[in-house]
Amino acid sequence: MQGDIIAVGPETLVREAAQAKVDGYRLVTLSCVELDAETVDILYHFDKDLTLKHLRLTVPKGTPVPSISAVHWAAFLAENEIQDLFGLHFTGLAVDYEGTLYLEDEVRRTPFCRYSIRQSDKNTPAPDARQEMGEN
Amino acid sequence: MLKNLIQKSRIKSPWLLHYDCSSCNGCDIEVLACLTPVYDIERFGIINVGNPKHADILLVTGTVNQRNKKVLVNLFDQMPHPKAVIAIGSCALSGGIFREAYNVVGGVDKVIPVDVYVPGCPAKPEAIIDGVVLGLEKLKTASLPARL
Amino acid sequence: MFKTVIPFGPQHPVLPEPIHLKLTVEDERITEAIPSLGFVHRGLERLADLRDFHQMIQVVERVCGICSMIHAVCYCQGIEELMAVEVPPRAKFLRVIWSELHRIHSHLLWLGLFADSFGFESLFMQFWRIREKIMDINEATTGNRVIISVNVVGGVRRDLSHAQIKWVLSELQMIEQDIKRLENTMLSDYTIKKRTVGKGLLTAPQASELGAVGPTLRGSGVAQDIRQTGYAAYGELDFEPVVETDGDCYARCKVRFRETLASIDLILQAIANLPAGETRQKVKGRPEGETVTRVEQPRGELLYYIKANGNKNLERLRIRTPTFANIPALLTMLPGMWLSDVPVIVLSIDPCISCTER
Repeated sequence: MQGDIIAVGPETLVREAAQAKVDGYRLVTLSCVELDAETVDILYHFDKDLTLKHLRLTVPKGTPVPSISAVHWAAFLAENEIQDLFGLHFTGLAVDYEGTLYLEDEVRRTPFCRYSIRQSDKNTPAPDARQEMGEN
Repeated sequence: MLKNLIQKSRIKSPWLLHYDCSSCNGCDIEVLACLTPVYDIERFGIINVGNPKHADILLVTGTVNQRNKKVLVNLFDQMPHPKAVIAIGSCALSGGIFREAYNVVGGVDKVIPVDVYVPGCPAKPEAIIDGVVLGLEKLKTASLPARL
Repeated sequence: MFKTVIPFGPQHPVLPEPIHLKLTVEDERITEAIPSLGFVHRGLERLADLRDFHQMIQVVERVCGICSMIHAVCYCQGIEELMAVEVPPRAKFLRVIWSELHRIHSHLLWLGLFADSFGFESLFMQFWRIREKIMDINEATTGNRVIISVNVVGGVRRDLSHAQIKWVLSELQMIEQDIKRLENTMLSDYTIKKRTVGKGLLTAPQASELGAVGPTLRGSGVAQDIRQTGYAAYGELDFEPVVETDGDCYARCKVRFRETLASIDLILQAIANLPAGETRQKVKGRPEGETVTRVEQPRGELLYYIKANGNKNLERLRIRTPTFANIPALLTMLPGMWLSDVPVIVLSIDPCISCTER
C-alpha cells in the first residue's frame, strides 16, 4: 500500500488527526474493514501533495469511537456511513444521522458485518444483528 | 367530441416524467439523450416535465431500493389517469447486476404496475423511443379514467 | 424573520438524480442546508462477497454509468498491484484514450446540464449534440455507447485498428472545432456571468480543509490532479492541471470547459505515441494483501481501497467517489445564497449521486 501507515489508539486518534491537519494534510476518507467477529479496522486516509498517509485504528465492535469531525468537519459523512453499515458508534459527530444516512428501518442494520448476517436471513431482519445494535 | 380531442392530443403529444430510482446513470443519460438533437423526440411533441401531475408516461430507470420505493409510489399516485409506466434497463426490469445487493428490492414491477419493459444495459436511445411508442398504444386503448 | 424549511429533491427538474436537501431559508436567503442521501444506495461494495474479483469489474463499472471506464481502470490497477501484474504499454495508452473520451463526454454532459440549470436550453442542446459524437466513437471502438467494459485485470480486451485511429482523429478535430465555437457563448455571455460569477464561493483554504476534489478544488486555485501521479500512461504524456482561482460557479465552469480541450489534446498525444504490441497480459493466481489506488475521474479524485486474502472473492472493497468528498464543500457554499441559485450551485460540483451512495 502506498504511503505510511501509523497505528493509533482511540485516545491518540483525534490528536494525530489534528496534527495531520496542522501539517497540511487533506482528509481523503475513512475506510472501515471488519477483521473478525469482534474487531474492526478504521483507516483514515490523508493526502498531501499527492502522497498518502494512513492512520489505522483497530477497535472492538461496540466501543464508541471518537469522531474526528470536530477537527475535519468533512469526516462526518464517512463516519455516518460507517455508523450505518458497520453499526459502530461515533461520539461527538458534527451531524448525526443516527444510522439513517442510507438505510431504512426495513433493512437489517449493519449490513457490512459479515459475522452477524446469515444468507438465509436475506429478507428478514436478522435478530442478532439488531440486538447488537441495541447494546451499542 | 371533447373526449376525442383530449384523447387525440394525448397520443400526439405525450409528456414524460423521468424518475431515477437507483440507476447507475447509464440509462438516465440515454433517456436525456433521447431529448437532445440527434434523437430529438421533442419533434414528436414529447416533452420531459418535472411535475408528475402534468405527465402521461412515467419512465423509470434503475432498481428500486428500500428508500426510493416510497418516492416512486408517491410519484405514480400523483399522475393523472390514464398513465403508462415504462421500465428502462436491466436494473429496472429485474434488479440486473444489483439484484443480490442488500438494499435492493428488485425490479420496478415489484412496486408499481409496469406496461412496457425496455431491456439493455444501458438501453439504447432507439430502444427507449420504441418503448415510449409502445406505451402510447396503451394510452390509445385506455378507456375512460377509472375514477376522476 | 421566520425560518422556513424547503425541501429540494429527491425528484427535481434540474436533477437527473435523486438527492434531497433540506434547505432552511430566511426570506429567500439560505441559512442552512442538510443533505439526506440513500435514494440510490444499493450496497454494491458488498457484492464482492458474491462475485469473484474478475466479475467485480462489471459491478464497479456500474457504480456510475458516466465514468464507468475510469472506475474499472482504478479497480484493475488495484488488483494488478496486488497480483504484481505488469500491464503492456499499449494497454496503458488505450486506457488513457478511453478514459479521456469518458472525461470529455462527462464534461460536455455537465456543461449542457449546467446551461439548462439557468435556463439556457439551446446551449444545453448544443453541448449534447457534440457529445453524441463521443458516444459514436465509444460505440464504434468498443461496441457500447455508455458502459464500454473494455478493462480486464492485466490490460484491455479491445484494440484500435489503424482505420479506427484515423477516423477517431478526424472526429476529434471536428469535436474540438465545435467545442471552440461554443466557447464565446459559454464563457463570455452576459446572462451566464450574471448567474454564475460570485455564486457558491469556495476559497482555496476552505476547499482543502473540506476535502474537495477535482474541478471543485481546482476552480478554487489548488493545482491538484491525480493524473499528475502518472498512473496508466499519464506519466509519459505532457499534462498540466487546469486551474482557476476565483472559486465560484463560473470558475468551476471554466475549469471543466478548458479540461475538455485538454482531454482532446491528451488523446491526440496518446494516439501519436501509441506503442505497438500486446494489449493484455495473462493473469494467473489470486490477489492477496491490501492496497489503495487513486485515479482522476471527471469529478475528481477516486479512491479504491482493496483488501484481499487470496480467495477468489475480495475481503473488502471500499469506493470513495469524488462527489462524496465534494458534498461537505457544497454544504458550505449554500448558506448566504438566494434560493433561486440553489440549482446552479448544486450542479456546479457536478453531483453524481449513484457514485456517492453506491
